Amino acid sequence: MASMTRRKTVNAVMMTLSTGAAGLGLFVLAVILIHLVAKGAGALNLAVFTQDTPSPMEAGGLRNAIVGSLVMSAIAVAIGTPIGILAGTYMAEYGRFSKLTKLIRFVNDILLSAPSIIVGLFVYQLLVVSLGHFSALAGAVALAILVIPIVVRTTEDMLLLVPDQLREAGLAMGAPRWVVIRTIAYKAARAGMVTGVLLAIARISGETAPLLFTALSNNFFSLNLTQPMASLPITIFQFALSPYDNWQALAWAGALLITVAVLALSIIARLVTSRKEKA
Amino acid sequence: MSVVTEFETGPRATNPVARSDRVFGTLTFAAAVVVLLTLLGVFVSLAMGAWPAFQKFGIGFLYTAKWNPVTDKFGALAPLYGTVVTSVIAMLIAVPVGLGIAIFLTETCPRILRRPLGIAIELLAGIPSIIYGIWGLFVFAPFMQSVVQPALIDTLGQVPLIGTLFSGAPYGIGMLTAGLILAMMVLPFIASLARDIFLTVPDMLRESAYGLGMTRWEVNRHIVIPHVRTALVGGIMLSLGRALGETMAVTFVIGNAHRISASILQPGTTISAAIANEFTEATTPLYTASLIALGLVLFILTFIVLAAAQYMLRRMKQKSGV
Amino acid sequence: MDTLTRERSPLSFEGIDPAPKPRISIRNLEFFYGKTRALKGIDLDLPENRVTAFIGPSGCGKSTLLRVLNRMYDLYPNQTATGEVLLDGENILARGTDLNRLRTKVGMVFQKPTPFPMTIHENIAFGLRLMGTVKSEIDDRIEAALRGAALWEEVKDKLQASGQSLSGGQQQRLCIARTIAVEPEVILLDEPASALDPISTGKIEETIHQLKERFTIAIVTHNMQQASRVSDRTAFMYLGELIEAGETAQIFTRPREERTSDYITGRFG
Repeated sequence: MASMTRRKTVNAVMMTLSTGAAGLGLFVLAVILIHLVAKGAGALNLAVFTQDTPSPMEAGGLRNAIVGSLVMSAIAVAIGTPIGILAGTYMAEYGRFSKLTKLIRFVNDILLSAPSIIVGLFVYQLLVVSLGHFSALAGAVALAILVIPIVVRTTEDMLLLVPDQLREAGLAMGAPRWVVIRTIAYKAARAGMVTGVLLAIARISGETAPLLFTALSNNFFSLNLTQPMASLPITIFQFALSPYDNWQALAWAGALLITVAVLALSIIARLVTSRKEKA
Repeated sequence: MSVVTEFETGPRATNPVARSDRVFGTLTFAAAVVVLLTLLGVFVSLAMGAWPAFQKFGIGFLYTAKWNPVTDKFGALAPLYGTVVTSVIAMLIAVPVGLGIAIFLTETCPRILRRPLGIAIELLAGIPSIIYGIWGLFVFAPFMQSVVQPALIDTLGQVPLIGTLFSGAPYGIGMLTAGLILAMMVLPFIASLARDIFLTVPDMLRESAYGLGMTRWEVNRHIVIPHVRTALVGGIMLSLGRALGETMAVTFVIGNAHRISASILQPGTTISAAIANEFTEATTPLYTASLIALGLVLFILTFIVLAAAQYMLRRMKQKSGV
Repeated sequence: MDTLTRERSPLSFEGIDPAPKPRISIRNLEFFYGKTRALKGIDLDLPENRVTAFIGPSGCGKSTLLRVLNRMYDLYPNQTATGEVLLDGENILARGTDLNRLRTKVGMVFQKPTPFPMTIHENIAFGLRLMGTVKSEIDDRIEAALRGAALWEEVKDKLQASGQSLSGGQQQRLCIARTIAVEPEVILLDEPASALDPISTGKIEETIHQLKERFTIAIVTHNMQQASRVSDRTAFMYLGELIEAGETAQIFTRPREERTSDYITGRFG
């Protein structure tokens, strides 16, 4: 048997290593954030929000990209949330004991972590090839496909946390199932379901790959859903890889905006659930 | 405030009620089927789009390194190689460091810091990969070029056998840089996943191990980790799935060169980077089909990894969720 | 012994009380969880305006029987019932029974209080709206229901508070109020006081006493004192069988079956 001193030394070494790992990891992640804030804040000004993407070496902003991201995210959520909630409802309520639900859960978990660029290729085949041109709508559909599995997952999980007795109590009043689901189960699971939608928005607001060959990009302000539309991530991608200082600066500004938005959404999502827990 | 209005429809309208229930039930079923069809659709559309490439190159597409848009000759080997190499580098670094963070958060970390640090790591896991990409391009790649790569070339590069891994000129960008950026990106993901998994270990189990006089490390090494081994492997597979398919963190710093280099300091490409960089520029139908074929390969690869991950995570759920 | 029960079936209640007409008649009821037979050939009448208590050790099938009476088991797969349960002459086990309508006629109160996640007012309005009660009547019916459940005085000033903010005993009386608001014919109570303190239990029992003037009541309880306090008739079940049923006083003083007397004297259970 190993001697006590040896065991203690091993313990000290390994525990120091794990602390070191934590230190290293947090350090690197902090460095990234610090750079992001320093470079992004330096490039951030009012023009970023009021002017459209400029030509190289001209003044400009990200207005068309910001609006494009908001428009496409909104449509994606508008498409993805109802489908996700309904599918999650099927899994937790009507189809809880069916084999189909098990299969859907498996498929949904695959979709949840599938590479987003694959989703881009799929929507390209589905909507760009068939319609003959890139469009904001195709971009929104690609994002919706990323929203659905997140909402499905949280909806199912949250509905399964609602005690069966509450459902039975609703049914015992003579209410049909869908009334029980809508007025009782959804109400009891609301906080978690809202969190799921918020997390889904956070997820898609930074997604680049699915938009590359669906919404493409647009140097001009556009609200036409049948035409290419600019988005923050794609603009960052293009501008960062350009040799122009002003484009690179805008890329940093955009990166900071996205990060702040994503962090804010995740924090709000947390607050929604934790407030519910206390109540 | 009224809860609902639809069913306030006069005295006991029984049949309409039953029908509305059926309608809603069918609606939820249809939505569930949409989820199934999406995955099926992804597979079918990729297979159809990739068909011309496989028709032309056959199965050889998978093991041919040639990628020449001018002569319309395409093979998947180089991006496949780059995908695997960068993911392996990422996992080699992110797994031990991520587990270290998880052990720190569940054991050594002062109690008041546990929650905030845990939340911080979870938040970091949600940061979009393009942020890692842009940081990699502007900050990390120059640092690699001026500091890390020259040092590697001068030291490990001179060692026989493994020297070739670290040979060549310091470009800054390349497979090692991409792998490291990937590692940083999956790190918070692995760490928070592992922490959640460690927290499923019953306190009783920990306490009784400490009761036997085990040290902290021994408790984690011999009790905690074996107890959650399946789930941990599942979590790691899930992270691997992410790394394999990641596009933006890699595209900025991989160099996008369709070649297979022994040295990990050299530029290369990955499947997702090749698709992202070349898809809108693909000039011939065969070029586009070949890129979609790459996508199909990636999809199948990640599908297998993710399915295995799920299987393992499920097993743990069944074990703990009595 | 099985024959004994069978001979007297359907069990007629003997004693001073001239048997009122049955509201629910159970005939040869069998219940299965998958292949497991949980109820075996039950025959029993639940008389109108009486409280019938079901007693027996846990797992004897008394709660299962209750869940057959409003077909709550329909929610789960692999649960089946055969035989007949007649309510107003209709077999509720028949295919095509309108479950929503059945459940408005047969209300249920559960072991744990189950206030809906909404205000006290909405909790009761829920069932009323389902029935299509006219808006102008709703407030009055809510008050009447809360008075009927002896809760009105405690909550009349906070009808807009969440139902879940009430104490356990109050929540349970809210559930009773919710049930009686829709004027069912039968009320099923599944161990309604088992999660409550003695004072709340007392209030619930008092409420039950008053409710039987208007409703037919079936109560499952593991508490024999409670059964003897609140019920007119008692049915003793054991391992899925109805062993004995009759006037509560008779069951507790002169049980015919040895197993009944063993159980009520605490020899098992």
